[in-house]
Amino acid sequence: MKRLKTVADLEKLRAEAVAQRNAKDWLEVCTGSGCLACGAEAVADALDGEIEKRGLGHKVGVRRTGCHGFCEGAPLVVIHPSDTCYTKVQPKHAAPIIDGLGAGEGPVRDLLYLDEGTGERIERLQDIPFYRHQERVLLGDNVRIDSSSILDYIAVGGYGALAKALSEMTPESVLHEVKKANLRGRGGGGFPAGRKWETTRNAPGEPKYVIVNADEGDPGAFMDGSLLQGNPHSVLEGLILGAYAIGAAEGFIYVRQEYPLARKSIEIAIEQAREYGLLGRNILGSGFSFDVVIHRGAGAFVSGESSALMSAIEGRVGEPRPKYVHTSEKGLWGKPSCLNNVETWATVPHIIDKGADWFRGMGTEGSKGTKIFSLVGKVKNTGLVEVSMGIPLRDIIFKIGGGVPDGKSFKAVQTGGPSGGVIPAALLDLPVDFDELTKAGSMMGSGGMIVMDENTCMVDTARYYTSFLAHESCGKCVPCREGIRQMLAILDNIAAGKGREGDLEILEELAEFMQVASLCALGQSAPNPVASTLKYFREEYEEHIRHGRCRAGICTALIAYEIDQEKCQACGACQRNCPVDAIDKSEAGVFTIVHEKCIKCGACLKACPAKFGAVVKVPAGAVLRKSAEEIGLAGTSR
Amino acid sequence: MDTIRLEIDGRAVEGAPGTTVLQAARSAGIEIPTLCDDDRLEPFGACRMCMVEIETAGGRKRVVASCVYPIEEGLRVWTKTETVVKIRKMVIELLWPSWQTYAEEYGVTSSRFQTGIADCSQCGRCLRYCAEIKKENRIYFKGRGVERRPALVEGAELSCRSCGECFTLCNSGWIASRY
Repeated sequence: MKRLKTVADLEKLRAEAVAQRNAKDWLEVCTGSGCLACGAEAVADALDGEIEKRGLGHKVGVRRTGCHGFCEGAPLVVIHPSDTCYTKVQPKHAAPIIDGLGAGEGPVRDLLYLDEGTGERIERLQDIPFYRHQERVLLGDNVRIDSSSILDYIAVGGYGALAKALSEMTPESVLHEVKKANLRGRGGGGFPAGRKWETTRNAPGEPKYVIVNADEGDPGAFMDGSLLQGNPHSVLEGLILGAYAIGAAEGFIYVRQEYPLARKSIEIAIEQAREYGLLGRNILGSGFSFDVVIHRGAGAFVSGESSALMSAIEGRVGEPRPKYVHTSEKGLWGKPSCLNNVETWATVPHIIDKGADWFRGMGTEGSKGTKIFSLVGKVKNTGLVEVSMGIPLRDIIFKIGGGVPDGKSFKAVQTGGPSGGVIPAALLDLPVDFDELTKAGSMMGSGGMIVMDENTCMVDTARYYTSFLAHESCGKCVPCREGIRQMLAILDNIAAGKGREGDLEILEELAEFMQVASLCALGQSAPNPVASTLKYFREEYEEHIRHGRCRAGICTALIAYEIDQEKCQACGACQRNCPVDAIDKSEAGVFTIVHEKCIKCGACLKACPAKFGAVVKVPAGAVLRKSAEEIGLAGTSR
Repeated sequence: MDTIRLEIDGRAVEGAPGTTVLQAARSAGIEIPTLCDDDRLEPFGACRMCMVEIETAGGRKRVVASCVYPIEEGLRVWTKTETVVKIRKMVIELLWPSWQTYAEEYGVTSSRFQTGIADCSQCGRCLRYCAEIKKENRIYFKGRGVERRPALVEGAELSCRSCGECFTLCNSGWIASRY
């Protein structure tokens, strides 16, 4: 009989699970999306095969875990209990890895992380710079857990907070603890979760609902997906605790369609929690009953907005509704509904387990605890990082992220997704928390962090996000739909070298209008990418408009490719790779680019051998000037 | 039922709980311009023409859509402040030239935007009427974002001509142009 009837049953099961785990060494293979894409499944199979071949099944096991975070080193394997961290593991490494276990031949040196600074190999996970500067409260367990095993979660202390709450705490004291911790919503706005819970708890109307928002859709963000996939029970436990505090008997988990792995993971978790009696009637004999339904998204970004999400669960089009009465009071089917995102719910068990004071010990005055970021873009160590609130942006990008690759210089970092903005190099010492990011004209958002180097054009960046929103806005209200439409048209013009004086002022006027007049948070924050790039990189916009120049060389209308005849060795690689036959070869064997035909794809630049470096990117204006000079009209061009 | 007392443009106004600011203003003879509003239909809150400035009894100042904001005790409302006029002008300009009902009043004679909205202003009255009053649901919004458009449910062309009531609701003549 699996069903746990009392807290004592749970503790007995925990002791058994711990004993079972401690009986073996474990090879913890990351099977997060990044590692899977790099072949982690084959690595895990090879390790399994090697263990079987050697008959070591009683001493060594393979655990397929969720995302470890260090995507740059994918596929990753961590040895438990030594914490040896292997990077870029391939199936052929299975034998040497197993040779190196325990008192064997020692770790496989070539697979250990190489510190470029010191030239030394680093063995243990926690000593690698990427991990060393993190505070992995939520993500730490991802390495230790097979998400399809509730016993793994229980072995690392899982459902301990729930047992504590149900046996020792009243719903009021659970709520009080979360309020005292000042946990702020990790999904975007940073609204205090405790206050939201309290509103729902006190709002008239039954039943009350609790909801997990797993509709993470910001470009470059994969925090919630990785957490839900890697440690689904932590989210579930947080949700049950919330339901207990609020007085809800039913919960919903809204998972976006594009997260099949996370959905499968939470499905299995719910199934297991029911089997063990951690969901359902009379949980752990406390008299408290609660169950959960999964709702699958249908691919709309805007459905991550709370009222739109609730409309979608109700079976209607996922469109925001005016929220002058909050969803925490009148949400799903008009009933009080408390919605938090994945990370917020997953934080709750830690707060109940270790106490609000412990949580308040991390972070800044206004933002407590830790926050997960997905660090991507032009940064050496791409991955999932969890840090204490208030850590300087510089530490995340340079100490953890390892800085910008290929010797390029750092230009800006985009935070908060399409609702956020860019933060320039001058603000690198900004302490990262909800309020500071907002002050800088960006926002925490759900935690996407896209690093940009000198080869990034800020007009193009604003254009990318605006175009994303043009398709992801629901289109209901005039400020968002028409504001975005006109912003995009103006940005398209500027990028095409057709910008006009006055365009920037119109963009600013539109931005202000959209912020005040839009119906929901998506529209109110939609101008942020434009507003923040204008605030910090106005001169780049002006260069595009006044001089037809894109300094990053990104806006194709404003650049051209040329062949430097001094350097060209006439190898013909550019001509062979040109998809539109835009490279001519004269009778004398001289290669030139025919600008009328060129589509500026850059294939010639890539094809030209680095040792020649003859193909160069130049401002489009330079080409015009040159042809003018050639026909004797110097000084009159453009 | 209790009566809620508030102040609109300096005048004392009363209303039953659940009344919107727009309804309360109208009952007191104060005009607020609207596009997507229709008193037979559920408030939609999309056009933002009816935005007004408010200050709650607790002293919180905001700009809100009056068609969906419920009245509350001690609320103070201003229906034609500088901020509100600026918003309305921008809405008219963004929808130019499809909808010009208030253009003269607000002094808008042209639009600075290059890609004008020539046909549907997407007030949604046609499809809301079809759903809420006629209970037919023959028209719906197709797509989202800048591509959103009202469209007939497939196969509805044959059966929906008989009513034609949406024709008269259409501000921009878009529906008529489809027949």
